[in-house]
Amino acid sequence: MSYVVSRSSRASLGASFVVVVALAAGASAPLWASSDQLRQMIEIFLYVALACLWNFLAGYAGLVSVGQQAYVGLGGYALFALAAKAGVAPLYSLPLIGVGAALLSAPIALLLFRLRGAYFAITSWVVAEVFRLTAILIVPLGGGSGMSLPLQAAKSLGRTPHERFVAIYITSLVLLMLVLALIFLTLRSRLGLALTAIRDNELAARSNGVNVDRTKLIVYVAAAAGTAMIGAVIFLQKLRISPDSGFSVNDWTALVIFMVVIGGIGTFEGPILGALIYFLLRETLSQLGPYYLMALGAVAIAVMLFEPRGLWGALRARTGLQFLPLSFVVSKRG
Amino acid sequence: MGGFANAVVQGVMVGGLYAMFAIGLALIFGVMKLVNIAHGDLIVLAAYIGLVVTQTLHLNPLAALVFVVPIMAVVGYGLQRGLFNRTMGDDLMPPLLVSFGLSIIMENGFLALFSADNRRLQAGALEVASVKLTDAISIGVLPLLQLVAAILVIAALQLLLYRTRLGRAFRAVSDDPRIAQLMGLNNRHVFGLAMGLSLAIVGLAGVLLAISANFDPASGPTRLIFGFEAVIIGGLSSFWGTLAGGIILGVVQSVAATVDPGLQVLAGHVAFLIVLAIRPQGLFGRPG
Amino acid sequence: MPEAPLLSVTALEAFYGDFQALYGVDVEVGRGRIVAVIGANGAGKSTLLNTLVGLNPAPREAIRFAGEAIGGEPPYKIVKRGIALVPEGRRLFPSLSVEENLLIGAQVGRPGPWTLERVFKLFPILSERRRLPSMSLSGGQQQMVAVGRALMSNPMLLLCDELSLGLAPIVVKEIYAYIRRIVAEGVSAVIVEQDISQALKIADHVYCMLEGRVALSGPAATVTREAIAAAYFGV
Repeated sequence: MSYVVSRSSRASLGASFVVVVALAAGASAPLWASSDQLRQMIEIFLYVALACLWNFLAGYAGLVSVGQQAYVGLGGYALFALAAKAGVAPLYSLPLIGVGAALLSAPIALLLFRLRGAYFAITSWVVAEVFRLTAILIVPLGGGSGMSLPLQAAKSLGRTPHERFVAIYITSLVLLMLVLALIFLTLRSRLGLALTAIRDNELAARSNGVNVDRTKLIVYVAAAAGTAMIGAVIFLQKLRISPDSGFSVNDWTALVIFMVVIGGIGTFEGPILGALIYFLLRETLSQLGPYYLMALGAVAIAVMLFEPRGLWGALRARTGLQFLPLSFVVSKRG
Repeated sequence: MGGFANAVVQGVMVGGLYAMFAIGLALIFGVMKLVNIAHGDLIVLAAYIGLVVTQTLHLNPLAALVFVVPIMAVVGYGLQRGLFNRTMGDDLMPPLLVSFGLSIIMENGFLALFSADNRRLQAGALEVASVKLTDAISIGVLPLLQLVAAILVIAALQLLLYRTRLGRAFRAVSDDPRIAQLMGLNNRHVFGLAMGLSLAIVGLAGVLLAISANFDPASGPTRLIFGFEAVIIGGLSSFWGTLAGGIILGVVQSVAATVDPGLQVLAGHVAFLIVLAIRPQGLFGRPG
Repeated sequence: MPEAPLLSVTALEAFYGDFQALYGVDVEVGRGRIVAVIGANGAGKSTLLNTLVGLNPAPREAIRFAGEAIGGEPPYKIVKRGIALVPEGRRLFPSLSVEENLLIGAQVGRPGPWTLERVFKLFPILSERRRLPSMSLSGGQQQMVAVGRALMSNPMLLLCDELSLGLAPIVVKEIYAYIRRIVAEGVSAVIVEQDISQALKIADHVYCMLEGRVALSGPAATVTREAIAAAYFGV
């Protein structure tokens, strides 16, 4: 009797097929979707990307940040500033924004890493507040009331609103694919192995030679860069940014955290599932009015208390289902 | 110069309030290593309870404390035993995420119940009463009350911790929760009592806050952050250190406000980040 | 007719997660008796004591004490019933002084002869140091505090986990002399020990554990060196 160890199982092969089909459908959407449908999908893509990045940070590297809104706002403001003050076309500024956010986030990380757990979390919030309060003070960027995207910059995306939606749609889809691919490849790489070790037992990982601090730094910086680019596209879409909207905890952190927790923290598919469920339920949730965030919060708390692995985690534990080839599968040969 | 001195004095007073925010946090962290992200929202809860009590019973806010403090203490015990006790363990994520979820729920609950309007508790003549120190400096009775209250709370806590059975239980559970059980201590109950005590202090702080400043449903996180900053600046070694941290934060904010009101809170954050960068154990904390 | 044992443990199993530490252990302790449990590291001795005092879960009927089934009860209830543990490594409370460590031992509120004064009479050297931080004492003195702390709960049964750990032989002798005096006053004891000679000297009955099982059980007076060696090393 001999055994084969492989990355794929039948389920994951099937899943890969589904992913390819979804990608094809997604890529073709500009041909058949209306502006409204495109707008919806843009929002979904961007939130899925935010959720995956937050999960990457918290679920894999153990860095529970409640301050990622700092980078969302940073990305938004950077896009607007570059467009308004330097005349940089929005889509070209995205890579710049990613790099800029990465550079800025490194020293922030080194400061934050002096703290653990909830202390780290609260301090990350303080950092976001510093960004927000600073934005209020910067008069050229609109101060407390914020600013609008210059007409020129908006027009550079396309002549008609529909063309602009298409441009943003393609950008969001590409950005989402990049984020997913980056996380996926990382998890399959040596860095991913280090992350799993850190997640399971940081002390043991350290004593086994895993450079925990450098691993965490890489993850934090990558998440910051990705979040900033997503933030840039979010506000490119909204055409207007203000300190309160750019650095909103409710919009960019609370909602994201709830999605990830409900979907399954620490799994690749969890945040995707959580975000999709949120958008499927949004119609129903909007009927709750101001209570929708409360309801989500209550569900997230219930999940944390009774099924901390979240929906996907529980599903995977019960059925052994692995959607994407991320772990090893042992099967008999012949 | 008078303006600067006045700002410092005001900052010291408000520092007493910040210290009270911080002491509740420090107490539960000391006893059970729990950081409650909803702490600021609980301060706001106390403020809203104070509002309801003063409006329905037509009481002076300070008299309303007679109701607010015990209510908050009971809320604290119930919250710990009903919710947070289920999150205690080695994993740091459940208490963090659960308290974060609670914070969001409370903020939106306040919004739904009370609307987004700014509120304030009216304390009548007390609000404008002041004590004149020098020609340029006078201290409002209310701000002075904040500082005095903080000092009294800390003194009372020290007495509790070092002269009573309950305090001994808190210290033992803080040292070694596993062995503390062998002393006949029911940790779940002790944790509940600690949270109850913490929220009783929060009750006092919340009412004092509501008299001295406007509050609204979203005021919670900033109070949490001020308390947290006071703890970090002062260090976790002693409550008096926390008082010092609160005072330093208050003074930094107050002085910055004389330069530009928009700098007030930001300056406090920056001071906190600087202390974190150069002396993470706090100005009065023990290293390591 | 023989008196019912104070403590009777039957087919006790214990797990740490997936790892099984005890495989069906049977132990009995008679009133006023000293029982020694010896064995190599990892044999399950400490696990046994921790399970008896409620720090590990156990089936209800597996542990009977003073006529009642107490398995699975939380530690604070078991202490109230009259079982006290002197933990391995002393585990005094660093934030508490010597006197406070003793006082908190009494927090469970069991009536009985052991008071602060009586413990200080038993260990006069502690009385001189009562206000000092507990961790500033020598190892032997800390051990006395740990024993005194357990006594303050007026137990019927005292569980001692590795009293000799880290102590000089002469200090160990002194500590066990105290244990004999305590037992003479009516407290039963289970002594877990690495120091086999000391254990045999003080005990009425000895159990030797090996890999989570009882490999040897017999009166301390008659059990042979060979039998112990065989049980200890599993040869």
